[in-house]
Amino acid sequence: MRFVYAFAAWLPRALLVLVAIGLLNFFLIRLAPGDPASVLAGETGASDARYIEEIRKSYGLDQPLWLQAATYLRNLATFDLGVSYRMQRDVADIIGERIPATLLLTSTALVLAIIIGTLLGIQAARRAGTWQDTVISAFAMLCYATPVFWVGLLLVLLLSVHAGILPPFGMSGLIPKSGFAAVLDALHHLVLPVMTLALFYFAVYVRLGRSATVEVLGRDFVRSARAKGLSERQVLRRHVLRNSVIPVVTMAGLQVGQLLGGAVIVESVFAWPGIGRLAFDALMQRDYNLILGIFFVSSIMVVLANLITDLAVRSIDPRVGRS
Amino acid sequence: MHSWRIGVGAVLLGLITVMAIAAPLLAPFDPMAISGPPLLPPDASYLLGTDMLGRDVLSGMIHGARVSLIVGLVSALCSAGIGITVGAIAGYFGGAIDRALVRFTEFFQVIPSFMFVILLVAILTPSLLSITLAISVVIWPPVARLVRSEFLTLKTREFVEAARSLGLSHGSVIVREILPNAMPPVLAVGSLMVATAILTEASLSFLGLADPNMTSWGYMIGSARPVFRHAWWLSVFPGLLLFLTVLSITLLSEGLGDKSNPSLRGQAGH
Repeated sequence: MRFVYAFAAWLPRALLVLVAIGLLNFFLIRLAPGDPASVLAGETGASDARYIEEIRKSYGLDQPLWLQAATYLRNLATFDLGVSYRMQRDVADIIGERIPATLLLTSTALVLAIIIGTLLGIQAARRAGTWQDTVISAFAMLCYATPVFWVGLLLVLLLSVHAGILPPFGMSGLIPKSGFAAVLDALHHLVLPVMTLALFYFAVYVRLGRSATVEVLGRDFVRSARAKGLSERQVLRRHVLRNSVIPVVTMAGLQVGQLLGGAVIVESVFAWPGIGRLAFDALMQRDYNLILGIFFVSSIMVVLANLITDLAVRSIDPRVGRS
Repeated sequence: MHSWRIGVGAVLLGLITVMAIAAPLLAPFDPMAISGPPLLPPDASYLLGTDMLGRDVLSGMIHGARVSLIVGLVSALCSAGIGITVGAIAGYFGGAIDRALVRFTEFFQVIPSFMFVILLVAILTPSLLSITLAISVVIWPPVARLVRSEFLTLKTREFVEAARSLGLSHGSVIVREILPNAMPPVLAVGSLMVATAILTEASLSFLGLADPNMTSWGYMIGSARPVFRHAWWLSVFPGLLLFLTVLSITLLSEGLGDKSNPSLRGQAGH
């Protein structure tokens, strides 16, 4: 029942965010210098009068502004994200094909960053002030300050060009494989992009895990748990971990938007065939309609991720949302 | 114990700032001009090599510091302006205004901000102004949240009550009484904004969204991508300088943060 309430509370907020993003998109097109129809057609090379007329009609560009906005939102509501005039295809179809690759990359990176980062953060907090703490915290700070695209290029130089261990780009090798070999091949290609994307977020979770644990370790219930004779392992498992994990999950929910931004960089460095790479290509070709579509779909992914994290926090900590 | 961070950060950032200011004097060549054969590895006359067109890498790096620091500083100031205004009004007045502003802040926190920056810069066409503007629009939420929470606690303090009973206007209570007391933690978060802004600018110019009239580190690395496997110096050196800049600011910010919040220091649970 608690989850139903959570969903009911989430839905109107999510819709509000999506409508706001829709309106934002609508006004962004008008912010661009020039005729909105030619902006949507993708500036250069779109001088074909037939396309411009088609766009003008489908977006109702000859009508008053509020009616145009309403038409735009109505189209979004039915997942009609318009047409990429560059690629001559529906934007929704193009994006849909690319989502699985991005989900695979971002979720693997986020999960790894959370698990390794939080565990190291907890370890640093338990050994606060010792050399272990110093090493872990310093490493996290170095990762935090390193530009994602630079790490990506360095890793390619080191691990693919010089050592020749890992493939530098793409999602599969040149020779198509099937079955288990294909899965292994994809995993092999996944290593570098995931490492690159995970490093920055890893740093965030080390810091978060450390500060949350330092705080939890000072609480009374930890002292009581120790006093009643629980072993250090049990104290950590039952009391510390559970409480330290809550801010971590909350942070993960907030970071999904950022993670998709990171995917634009990482996917363009590694030619990973997801929506980030698509955004980069669309950018190069000034295919605004496609970029706007990617922005809208990413926002949907963020809003869904917020629901998931909210439900996760509620199942970890039953006190949340109880009024 | 943490003062070394401020020391190291300040010295490093100081050096980079001097480099940016004195760029025309320090750089051996014009960063935009062809000054030698293309793709020359580092040697005695071109200390860090040349790029695909024969431009000197070291000169580009020295001049690139200007873009990074200007964008970083101006975006951080603008976003601090937005964040402080939103946070102060929300925290001070409370009620419906607070709820509306919190929603507004949350909206900017959940949207895929880097994609939004890309969109804005692409649509406005890349320039120093559009890049700075776009970055400022997305990085302010942490400042607003922090200022709001500071205002929520500070507004109930006696000195604020006293100022109000003296008949000071809301504006002067906010600006003269509460804000100065809320500043120390804001300074720590605000300095981290500089780092975020610099990294965002570098990522944008790496993707090709750079001011065409100025050299920037991200652009140097991005434009060298087709040849980076052979000409490693084109991406390694500018990236290293970018990394050191961000690291110096992060060190400073952490040092300032520890100083303004001594309760977090040295807490340990053994």
